[in-house]
Amino acid sequence: MKRLAVLLLALFALGTAAGAADGPNANFHLEEFARLPVVFNGRHQPIDSLAANALVQIRERRRANLEPWKSWWEKPRMASATEWFATLTMRPEEADTWPTFRINHPDLISLLKLPQKDEEHGQDGKHYSWNQIEPGFKEVEDQARRVLEKKPDAAQRDSFDQSVLKLRNALTLYLRLKNTVIPTNTTNLLADVEKFRAVAASFATNRNDQGQRQAIVGQIFNWDMLESFDTPLIIPPAEANLTREGWTRVAASVVALSLGDNATALFRTLGDIRKFQGQPGAEGAPLMSSLRQRFNELLDTAMPPKPVPASLQAYVTMAEAFRRGDSVTFNSTLAGYRQQLASNPAVAGDLTKTAREVFFNHLVPFYNTMPIYVTAFLLGCFYWFNFNQTARKLSFWLIAAGFVLHTVGLIFRMWLEGRPPVTNLYSSAIFIGWGSVGLGLLLEKFWRNAIGLVVGSSLGFVTLVIAHNLALDGDTLVMLQAVLDTNIWLATHVVIVTLGYASTYVAGFLAMLYVVRGVFTRGLDEATGRSLARMTYGIVCFATLFSFIGTVLGGIWADQSWGRFWGWDPKENGALIIVLWNALILHARWGGMVRERGLMNLTIAGNIVTSWSWFGTNMLGIGLHSYGFMSGAFLWLGGFILSQLVLIALGSLPPRYWRSLRDRPSAPAKPADPKPKGGGKPRPAVA
Amino acid sequence: MKRLLAPLTSLKLTVTLLALGIAVVFFGTLAQTEDGLYVAQARYFRSWFSTWSPHAEGWKWIIVPLPGGYLLGTALLVNLLAAHAVRFKFGWKKSGILLTHIGVILLLVGQLATDMFARESRMSFAEGEWRNFTEDFHKTELAILSDAADPSMDDVVAIPESVLAAGGEIRDGKLPFTIRIKSYAENSRIRARGPMVDTNTPPASTAGVGARAVMEPAAPTRAMDSRNLPAVVAEVLDPAGTSLGTWLFGFVLNPQTVTVGGKEFRFTLRSTRYYEHFSVKLIKTTHEVYRGTDTPKNFQSRVQIENPGSGEKREVDIYMNNPLRYGGLTFFQHQMGRDDIDANRGTSVLQVVQNPSWLAPYLGTIVVGLGLLVQFLIHLVGFLRKPRA
Repeated sequence: MKRLAVLLLALFALGTAAGAADGPNANFHLEEFARLPVVFNGRHQPIDSLAANALVQIRERRRANLEPWKSWWEKPRMASATEWFATLTMRPEEADTWPTFRINHPDLISLLKLPQKDEEHGQDGKHYSWNQIEPGFKEVEDQARRVLEKKPDAAQRDSFDQSVLKLRNALTLYLRLKNTVIPTNTTNLLADVEKFRAVAASFATNRNDQGQRQAIVGQIFNWDMLESFDTPLIIPPAEANLTREGWTRVAASVVALSLGDNATALFRTLGDIRKFQGQPGAEGAPLMSSLRQRFNELLDTAMPPKPVPASLQAYVTMAEAFRRGDSVTFNSTLAGYRQQLASNPAVAGDLTKTAREVFFNHLVPFYNTMPIYVTAFLLGCFYWFNFNQTARKLSFWLIAAGFVLHTVGLIFRMWLEGRPPVTNLYSSAIFIGWGSVGLGLLLEKFWRNAIGLVVGSSLGFVTLVIAHNLALDGDTLVMLQAVLDTNIWLATHVVIVTLGYASTYVAGFLAMLYVVRGVFTRGLDEATGRSLARMTYGIVCFATLFSFIGTVLGGIWADQSWGRFWGWDPKENGALIIVLWNALILHARWGGMVRERGLMNLTIAGNIVTSWSWFGTNMLGIGLHSYGFMSGAFLWLGGFILSQLVLIALGSLPPRYWRSLRDRPSAPAKPADPKPKGGGKPRPAVA
Repeated sequence: MKRLLAPLTSLKLTVTLLALGIAVVFFGTLAQTEDGLYVAQARYFRSWFSTWSPHAEGWKWIIVPLPGGYLLGTALLVNLLAAHAVRFKFGWKKSGILLTHIGVILLLVGQLATDMFARESRMSFAEGEWRNFTEDFHKTELAILSDAADPSMDDVVAIPESVLAAGGEIRDGKLPFTIRIKSYAENSRIRARGPMVDTNTPPASTAGVGARAVMEPAAPTRAMDSRNLPAVVAEVLDPAGTSLGTWLFGFVLNPQTVTVGGKEFRFTLRSTRYYEHFSVKLIKTTHEVYRGTDTPKNFQSRVQIENPGSGEKREVDIYMNNPLRYGGLTFFQHQMGRDDIDANRGTSVLQVVQNPSWLAPYLGTIVVGLGLLVQFLIHLVGFLRKPRA
């Protein structure tokens, strides 16, 4: 049996194994390049993650398909995220011809006068290149501005508005990355740097000369322009006394080597001046003159130029080599640069961390778990038709293997982040899936009737699909803002509340199974019905415990953070509703107000309540927890709620319409789990 | 007696109350999108009854009547107490349920106490400044200041907003005059009177800034982090009952001086202040963001507390998730900014909470947690001993 499971797993592994890199850039050691550390959006990460997350936002995939009009059997040329990133930063004019922007809305395609689907001429009608979109930049900008001004509330925006904003964001991100190494407005970076250094050197000898001062200010403004692109930070802290906070962008590093360490402060002051300049009455305001004074002070205390740092030199050499197609120089410079990083104590930690992260990126544990759960689900269902023990056992071992992979992924993520498992909406989906599969396996261990398997695998699969879609927003390992930066509360409140979600869903799926099997099949015999009811009841108890504890722990966190145990925030309220709903189910059951079928209907409604709390409250776009706003999911949520209402309606049909119940003589008269004498609670299945 | 109490003890009542509770919480959450947190909270949770209607045009005829949070909390409490008094029989097997219910009672009572006794205010200052008072973000007062015997102090008479809103005449033993409220606006816009535009609009008042200004009432604000800017037009009458003129006092206006019987009084409409018996000085602010982003990484205020009563004098850091508890108050880091005039001088806003019942939820949580755990362990042991169906 186990051997069969292993064989199946090996098949999955074969299916996911990626083909080796080929194409014109095969000689470049891009997999080494992918492991270089950079800092983007405040996070220290490998180029591999930066590139893949950017590509996901631009074209919804982690790889670039350069011939998207071809079907897969025609073998379109694929570029890895890193190959795309290398081309974008070092051969931008080539990257500008690659069809990497995905546009979904037909109106936007026609507005920008982009070509329709035409496979003969290499056009799939969905993916376009920077060069193709370029004539429409102004149009995109105007449309985006209109949307942002007229519809500040995301809920008002229609699908066209959303795709305009999405394209604008994609274009901005592309531009940010494009300027990472060599700014697009320079043809020879090192020559420009030398020029700046010459100006700075003569300024250092004569600070009172107005002409010199203007020349240097002009230079700083130029480089500040580039700095304001928000490119990734690729220049590591060079001196030994710098910490890992010392990463800079190319522009800041150029200014730093020309003017000393005042560069960051100069840029910040300049940024403030720019911010206030546009406002009415800013000229002559005390704030403005104090900022100007600070700028001049910083300039006066600037240091004489220093030599060009080796890291910048290495990047420029790599860029030029990549441009020429000179893989030998590229590879040797890369190897030298990596050695240099390894000997730098401020970045040695980043280097090992990025290597780990690249390994994790290529493992794709959650994506690879999905087909395992689907197969196990089908095997579990198959078991109910013929009670084939082989199918059930195979399903069990597959889920167990999937669960192991799921757990490995979860732990790896925690290790990478140095955080508890749940830090954002994406990881909550992963964790709900994990908890559900775990509960499903536990149920199966006790009952051995494939119910736990089917419920666990289906929930595991669905939540991983949700996570996969949430990951389309970009980086899933983003840094946490100050108020969330506390591992104790993330580890207790968030984990427990998420387990509460998971168990409420497991109970809800058990109940769905009861209704579907009872109404549509003859498979729900009395024993199965009773065991399903006991499982459901037990899991509801479990869910009550976890959602209650999790919710009040959240209250205590709030009391610690802003002095309010309960603030009626939408997410808090959502969690409270789950607690109240589970309490209602239990009390209704104890009071004899519902029996087997009533219990099931109430529990299905628990799915609605939980989905509202998990996603619905975020869609309101208000409150302290609205960190995960998304509008696209609105329809899915609505559809899911509708499906649950239909199931409840089916579950409320009188027994004569249930295929499993109509022939049973005294079917529904019996309570789900007869109360022991003395009025004690029915026994929960599992606690 | 037992028969009388029977309906109050029933589980049916419990289930009904829980269902109503869910409805109230749900509609109270929905209402926040339009009404803002503060208004919705008062309307749905800190009330006895309420109704909910959709805001969308064409759907406003839908009216959902709802019990308020107070009514539901009280009813649940009565139901729980009655059930334990009449129906519930104690046994070790039910000890978990008993504990759980005691904890729930603690949470309900604690929340009610918080609602009644807790006070939230803010302390905002720039680096180097001292404060011995906090300001209420939602409440307003008309403060009348005059020189006290001690030249470093002022005599203050503060008239709360509710008194201003009630209108009529206001007298105070410490004031040698009467104030007659002419008009009051909960939220307002005050602008200079335009020479060409406002030919038909009379000035807001006869004396002070108001003589050159127009006050327009505005709809109360709903956003969570903005406040109303109230305004009041008042007539000042000397002891003989002679009018000295009318003045416009607005939240956005500077203090205005009114001279009565040779003594100067400074009138100002401001956030209600709560004075403390100690002072706090903002020494240094730290505002860190993640490298290359605007995402906040750390907000931190270093302050010095000085208490002349106890002779205490110490410095302490307040930052996210690390509040300061002192003198019955808790200080939380709330906002951070920079001074309008000197960009290098940091400013900080601390949220200050006085809540004598803050421990209740902690106790309640522990008791409920224990109760649920005990109950589930009892059942788990029973389940594991029994052969499965």
